[in-house]
Amino acid sequence: MGKTEKGKSSFFQKNSQLLVPLIALMLLVIFNLIRDPGFFSIELVNDNAGNPVLQGNLISILNGASELAILAMGMTLVTAASGGQDISVGCLAAIAGSVFIKVLKSGPITPWLVLGGVAACCLVAMCFGAFNGTLVSVFRVQPMIATLILFTCGRSIAYWINGGATPTVESDIVKAIGGFIPGFPIPAPILIVVLMGIFFALLFRFTTLSMYLQAVGINNNAARLNGINAVGVKLLAFVLLGLCCAVSGVIATGRLQLVNHETLLINIEMDAILAVAIGGNSLGGGKFKMIGSVIGAYIIQALTVTLYAMKVSSTDVKAYKAVVIILLVVLGSPVVKRWFGSMRNKLAVAGSRKEAA
Amino acid sequence: MDNGTVLTMRGISISFPGVKALNRVNFTLREGEIHALMGENGAGKSTLIKVLTGVYAKDEGTIEIAGIPGHITIHSPQEAQRLGISTVYQEITLCPNLTVAENMYIGRGKGMGVPWKKMYREAGALLDSLGIPARPRQLLKTCSLAVQQMVAIARAVDTQCKVLILDEPTSSLDDREVEMLFGLMRDLKARGVGIIFVTHFLDQVYAVSDRITVLRNGELVGEFETAMLPKVELVSKMMGKELEGLADVAPKRDAEEEQAKVYYQAEGLSSTESKPFDFRIREGEVNGFTGLLGSGRSECVRTIFAADRVTGGRVTVEDKPVTINKPIKAMRNGIGYLPEDRKRDGIVADLSVRENIILALQVMKGFFHPFSRKKAEAFADEYIKTLDIKTASTDTPIGSLSGGNQQKVILARWLLTHPRYLILDEPTRGIDIGTKTEIQRLILKLSQETGMSITFISSEIEEMLRTCSRLIVMRDRNIVGELTGDELTQDHVMYTIAGGGN
Ligand SMILES: Nc1ncnc2c1ncn2[C@@H]1O[C@H](COP(=O)(O)OP(=O)(O)OP(=O)(O)O)[C@@H](O)[C@H]1O
Ligand SMILES: [Mg+2]
Repeated sequence: MGKTEKGKSSFFQKNSQLLVPLIALMLLVIFNLIRDPGFFSIELVNDNAGNPVLQGNLISILNGASELAILAMGMTLVTAASGGQDISVGCLAAIAGSVFIKVLKSGPITPWLVLGGVAACCLVAMCFGAFNGTLVSVFRVQPMIATLILFTCGRSIAYWINGGATPTVESDIVKAIGGFIPGFPIPAPILIVVLMGIFFALLFRFTTLSMYLQAVGINNNAARLNGINAVGVKLLAFVLLGLCCAVSGVIATGRLQLVNHETLLINIEMDAILAVAIGGNSLGGGKFKMIGSVIGAYIIQALTVTLYAMKVSSTDVKAYKAVVIILLVVLGSPVVKRWFGSMRNKLAVAGSRKEAA
Repeated sequence: MDNGTVLTMRGISISFPGVKALNRVNFTLREGEIHALMGENGAGKSTLIKVLTGVYAKDEGTIEIAGIPGHITIHSPQEAQRLGISTVYQEITLCPNLTVAENMYIGRGKGMGVPWKKMYREAGALLDSLGIPARPRQLLKTCSLAVQQMVAIARAVDTQCKVLILDEPTSSLDDREVEMLFGLMRDLKARGVGIIFVTHFLDQVYAVSDRITVLRNGELVGEFETAMLPKVELVSKMMGKELEGLADVAPKRDAEEEQAKVYYQAEGLSSTESKPFDFRIREGEVNGFTGLLGSGRSECVRTIFAADRVTGGRVTVEDKPVTINKPIKAMRNGIGYLPEDRKRDGIVADLSVRENIILALQVMKGFFHPFSRKKAEAFADEYIKTLDIKTASTDTPIGSLSGGNQQKVILARWLLTHPRYLILDEPTRGIDIGTKTEIQRLILKLSQETGMSITFISSEIEEMLRTCSRLIVMRDRNIVGELTGDELTQDHVMYTIAGGGN
């Protein structure tokens, strides 16, 4: 076994799964720049209240993808540990949003009440996450089937919470959550994504969570025989996804300052799953890179914004999106990767022959 | 191509990231011969086979097969099968959730329809004729590993094959089953089938093979007639140096005689898979469970580690009563367990060698105390050196190591936890002869120098006789005898297993 190169593998070898999504994102950017050189220009303007805010397509892509990015983070964990997906995230976000509003409606809106509302809806969403997680880890129900329950009845639960109404709230604080913090020009949802990113980064840095999730997802038996509480790890993944649902529910509620249980983050579950796949993560579980899923979320949003900017009708947008997504998923598939790998080897062999000659 | 040659491979090269796995290797297989492919762990044997069967695409080289003009390229295992090349891979690749018969026939019918009745009838006949103790309608996962291995072989021989490849088929079989398999191989040989046989058991090579091809570090060492190549020479060709004799393996120590402190004791311990049994081990003792495959020896040690659900019994560790109902509790009581089925229970295939090595210790250290990268790297490097694990880097996924090297990684994982009591179920399976001796030496050294208690299970009785001071003999899931001191001879063990004892 002659070692061709010794020691550490390069950055690209280690992060090869990010290659396709990064290139896709770059192509999208270049495509837009050619189409409209000013597409990504950002301007600082004053909003109605006279506060400075940033504006531009780039900002609206980053801002608009916030909920999706956060859900994709949580979905990555569930996918890794259970090898399946949670299809109830949109409904759970609606429940969380409803709980949030319900609490706000209980009295005069003070910062403390808002904080209480956020805490309450996080708690509720995490409990629902634990419910899903229990079905999957203890009763070994397929994740998609287990979460189908909440997918079916989640929006009805959201309906009951506020007695069938779609209540609105008048509050600067709530408005700020979905918009701008006065005096700070970057949209608050973008900041929340960054905060969630930091939260998970710290979690991975200071606990063994990422190793456990992967071990359980790759080989449940081996994980168990090495002392890992496989049931607990899967449960934890679902609880963390619940937290992500709550956070994105709060953002979505803040954007409109109302909660409509029927339309809040509707159909986002499929995009969240796609984001995970586009990010180069296997939907069969195991190894994962959360950053990939986040990039995936931004790709989906950038694609949507681009298509709308090209005046594609909203029905056609879906078809175009599908085409691009198929391409990305196929390019990132193991078969294509292996093909590229063997091509590289053959080229290397041919190269060394030429040198010899 | 000469007459009588069924297969010629020339100048085969293939690289993986960081490794040149094969470098211009030649291989020739003749009609009606059993050709052993030998080499240390990671020499490239399985890779050569996977190139031949289309699992990997070669970077360089040519393949010719009798009856087909010109060079051929094999793109997939299915294509290889069509060309008459049947394979039993080193790692079992059957579907545990299907029946035995389905596993034997699935994926090889011509059309879509499956003649179920006919399939079950033929499967039954074939299983009978090969003497495989399995029923066609039984789920594969309910069979022991050995039986699964035999089913994989039955699947391979059941086609009109010209070339049969067996990659370490005997590593989980006992002597009787090996003999049965050899009978089968000789039958096929008489029918003109060329057989490629990979194994680490030298005796088996000399028992059946006609020729030997030796690989070392991805390079061809040479092709030899078995009859002309003495064993010692074969070993030195494989290793590139002489084998250190076992003579300097330290003598075993008899903890029983010394009356050392009892470390672990169980009374009436039972699990969902095993009947109640009593067991104890002293500090520094090396003992073993022996018996035929399926006699319940693996199930007993699994119960000790709580790998299956424990249903009853009293356990004391260092004379203190403890409850061990989860693996983590066993680990916290100083117990380590290297499982029998490496692929199912041992490796976490996509994780790196480093992560696989530190896994158990990391779990014991706790959720909120991850090892730093530097520390993990140091641990991994240390054991890669101690056990001479061949890997491109500590970042390489364990799944891409050779079978024997994967086994060493799992062993490293448990040695790293510094257990007081280590259970090793078939630790030397798939390990080359040089390393096997190393491991036996290590077992004796650990027990003597650190007072570690070790329970050792192996299909090779000699290996156990060499290391264990007490053997517990099992038959039909019951303990039927215990042998110590002078009773530790092969004859005695066989006699007790056969029902003479007790
Ligand atoms: N898919 C792969 N990716 C990367 N490296 C690989 C892959 N398959 C094999 N290798 C490397 O190629 C070398 C040869 O491996 P191979 O499995 O052929 O060894 P072997 O001779 O069969 O050993 P053993 O006796 O342990 O089974 C090893 O160093 C291994 O790490
Ligand atoms: Mg091998």
